[in-house]
Amino acid sequence: MSPLIETDALVIGGGIVGASAALALALKGRRVALLERDFCGSHSSGVNYGGVRRQGRPLSQLPLSQRAHAIWHGLSDLIGIDGEYLRSGHLKLARSERDMAALEAYAQASQGFGLDLQLLDCAQLRARFPWAGDVAVGASLCADDGHANPRLVSPAFASAAQRAGAQVFEQSAVVDVNHDGNAFIVRTSNGLTLRTPWLLNCAGAWAGELAAQFGEPVPMHTSHPAMLVTEPLPMFMDVSTGVEGGGIYARQVARGNCVLGGGQGFGLDSARARPGQAAVLEILRNAAELYPPLTGAMAIRTWSGTEGYLPDREPVLGPSIVQPGLLHGFGFAGSGFQIGPAAGEALAELVCTGTSSIALDAFSISRFQTAESKKQSAPTDNVITLHKGRSSQ
Amino acid sequence: MNSPENRIAIVGAGPAGIRAAQTLVAHGLNPVLVDEGLRGGGQIYRRQPENFRRTPKDLYGLEAAKAVAVHAAMDALATQIDYRPQTLVWNAEDQRLDTLRDGRAGHIDYSHLIVATGATDRVLPVSGWTLPGAYSLGAAQIALKYQGCAIGEQVVFCGSGPLLYLVAYQYAKAGAKVLAVLDSSPFLAQCRALPHLLGQPVTLAKGLYYRGWLSANGIPVHQGVSLERIEGERRVTGAVWQQNGKQKRLDCDAVAFAHALRSETQLADLLGCNFDWNPLNRAWLPSRDSAGRSSVEGVYLAGDGAGIMGADAAEMAGERAALALLADLGHTVDKARSAELQRKLATIERFRHGLETAFPFPMDWAAKAPDEVLVCRCEEVSAGEIRAVVDEGHWEINRVKAMCRVGMGRCQGRMCGAAAAEIIAQRSGRAPDQIGRLRGQAPIKPLPFGMETEQ
Repeated sequence: MSPLIETDALVIGGGIVGASAALALALKGRRVALLERDFCGSHSSGVNYGGVRRQGRPLSQLPLSQRAHAIWHGLSDLIGIDGEYLRSGHLKLARSERDMAALEAYAQASQGFGLDLQLLDCAQLRARFPWAGDVAVGASLCADDGHANPRLVSPAFASAAQRAGAQVFEQSAVVDVNHDGNAFIVRTSNGLTLRTPWLLNCAGAWAGELAAQFGEPVPMHTSHPAMLVTEPLPMFMDVSTGVEGGGIYARQVARGNCVLGGGQGFGLDSARARPGQAAVLEILRNAAELYPPLTGAMAIRTWSGTEGYLPDREPVLGPSIVQPGLLHGFGFAGSGFQIGPAAGEALAELVCTGTSSIALDAFSISRFQTAESKKQSAPTDNVITLHKGRSSQ
Repeated sequence: MNSPENRIAIVGAGPAGIRAAQTLVAHGLNPVLVDEGLRGGGQIYRRQPENFRRTPKDLYGLEAAKAVAVHAAMDALATQIDYRPQTLVWNAEDQRLDTLRDGRAGHIDYSHLIVATGATDRVLPVSGWTLPGAYSLGAAQIALKYQGCAIGEQVVFCGSGPLLYLVAYQYAKAGAKVLAVLDSSPFLAQCRALPHLLGQPVTLAKGLYYRGWLSANGIPVHQGVSLERIEGERRVTGAVWQQNGKQKRLDCDAVAFAHALRSETQLADLLGCNFDWNPLNRAWLPSRDSAGRSSVEGVYLAGDGAGIMGADAAEMAGERAALALLADLGHTVDKARSAELQRKLATIERFRHGLETAFPFPMDWAAKAPDEVLVCRCEEVSAGEIRAVVDEGHWEINRVKAMCRVGMGRCQGRMCGAAAAEIIAQRSGRAPDQIGRLRGQAPIKPLPFGMETEQ
C-alpha cells in the first residue's frame, strides 16, 4: 500500500481540459495530482480532428473561446512544443444561398466577440481559394483560427503540468471516490490513495458516472466522429475548412497529409471506437466534390474516438451544486480541443479564488437537475459489443 | 445446413484458402473466395502471367508437384465457387467484409469466415535498406517467380530463415549471379537444431540440398554474419557486414534481405479476434484452437496468417479449419481425417521450433541498429527518433506511434512494426510482449478517393 498522497486539488482525466487545469494549478503553486486511466491525451483530446476554431461556436462559448485563443497564441512557451499549431484561418463553406445566409447571420450575431469574420461571395472565394469545389457558393473566413496536432498537443499539456510540479499518474483508473466531510478520498486501480479538498471531474465521455455518484446525473451520450488521413499530397489547402450545416471537414498538415472528418463511427466498447465503413465510404465518395485536389488521392488510415455530448451541446463547466469542492469540466460535444485550455484555466481559478473571470453560468450542471433528468442515467445506446460491431445495417 | 443464411467467405487464395475452399465444396457448400492476387496460388505458389511459358519445375523447383496440385485445385474451384481475384478486403465489421476491386467499393456479407491472409517478410532494417536495389527476400522471389526478373546483375542474399537459401538457390538456378549468402545464424545453432528438424526429414533434406548446391556451385555461404549496411548513393553498390569481429565488403548492385516471415494479422484484428503473444513467432498472433477456431464465433484462422508454419502446414490448416467450420454447421465430417491433420500439424510445429533454433532471431539487432537507420520508411522515422521517444518515458507501442509517427504511414506498420517493437522493447528494458500490441486500423491497404460503390 503506497502512502496517502495529500494534494490541494486532484484532477480526474488527463485530456486537454484536465491537463490544462493541472498545469494552471501547478503554475499557481498549488499541489495538484492528475489521474489518467490510460495515457494522457490518448482519447478524444488526442485523436480529434485538430481544429483550433472559434468560428461556428455557440455565442455562449465565445468569451471562453476567445480566452483560449490567447492561450493558444502562447502555446509553445506554455507546453514546450509548437504542436504543429498554425493560425492558418478557418474557412466555412456554404453550398447554397440558404447556407450563405446562415453564415451571414452568424457573422452578424458574433460581432463584438473579436472573431473578425470575412464573408466571401462566390467570386471572392474562387479568387482566394481556387481549390474549393464548385459546390461551394460562398464562405466565411476566420483568419486567426487554425489547426494543430492533437496527438502531440494534448499529451504535452500533461507533460508541462508535470514539469510545473503536478504529480501525473497514468495507467491509474479511479476505482473509488468518497468524501469524509472534509475532503475527498480517491483510490485507484494501481493502489494509490489520494486526499484532496478539491476534486476536478474532467473525465470526458466518462465523467457522467462521477457526477451521478454525487447525486447530479447528466443525460450525456457518446459520439464517435469518423476520421481519416491521406498520404502526403502536394500542398494546396492553406486553411482548415468546414461546411455550413455539417459535412466533411478537412485540413492539410505541413507534411502534406490531409486530415478529414465527417459522419459517425461506432463504439467497440466504452473506451474504444471505430469510424465504420459507411462513414469512411461517404468521405471517400464525397470529399472530392468539396476539395477537388483530393481526386485520386489515397486514404491510408482511419480512426475515431469517444466524445461526450449533452443534449444542448454545451459543456458542463463549473461547481457541483450538491457537493462542495467538486468541480466539473466535461461534455464538450466534439469541440473541446480549442476551448479546453481556457476551460482548464477557469477550473483552476475556481479552486484558487472561488470564482472564474469568465462567466460560466450557461454551463452549470444545474440545468439538468430537474426531477425528470434525475431519473435518467447516462445512455450508451451507440456502444455495440465488439464482435457485433456494425456501423450500418 | 447449406441454407442461404449460411454464407461462407474465405479471404486469401493461397495454399490454406484453396484447400479450405476445396474441402467446403466437397461437402456441398459454395463459399466466396476473395483474393488480392491476380491468379490463385498465394505467394509461395505465385503464378506467372497467363502468357508466360516457364515450366513448374523452372518456377517452383523441388516444390513443383505441390504447386501444380494447388493450382489444379484452384482452377477446378474457380468455376464452381464465387471466386473474386484482385479484390482487397480493406475492413471488416460484424458479418461484413468491405472490399475494393477495380476502384469499386463493395461488401461481402458472411456468416462464417476463414481468414487465410498469409505472411510477408520480417524486415530488420539496416542503413541503406531503402535504396533502389534493396529488396526483401520475398520480393526478390516474386520478381523471379512472377515476371522472370532478377533484382540485379550481382546479388547478395542476407538475413536468416529457410527462404534465404531457397531464394539464393532459385536465383542461381535461373542464371543470376549470386555473389554470396550471408546468414545471421551461427553454424552451431543449426547443429543444435538438427534433432528437432529430423522430424521432417524431407523438408530438412531440401534445405540441406539448397545449401549444398550453393556451396557445390562455388557460391560463398557465410554464417554468423551481421549485415552492417547496404551502400550506395543513388542505388545499391555494395554490402558491408561483420563476421567474427571483422568487417567485410562486397560490390553488388542488389541486396535481398529478411529475417524469416511475419503473419498478416490486420484482418483478424479488425474482426475483433483475441491475440496472444507467441514466443516462437516473436509476435502477437490471433488466438485459435487446434482446429483453427478464433475467439470470435464463426471466424476461423488458417495458414501463415495465424503463425508461420509454411506452405505444407497451410494446406493442412486450411482443410482442418474448413472441417471445423463444417462440424460447427452440423455437417458430418471425417473425424479421423481431422485427427490426422492435427497430428501432422503438430509434427510440423515441432519442426518449426527446430527452425527457430537453426535460424534464431538476431537478438542483438535492436541494440546495434544505428540511430540514423530508417525504421519506418513511410513516415521516415529513424531508430534514433523512436529511442528519443522511449527516453521521454514512453514504452507502449501505440503511444510511441502517436509521439513519433512510426507505423502511421501507408503500410500501417506491416513492414516496420516488428522492428519498431524490438527497438522500443530494448530501449525501455522491457520484454517484447510487455510493450503492448500495435492496434490495427482500417484500411488494411490504402483506399482511393472517388471510389464507386457496388450495391
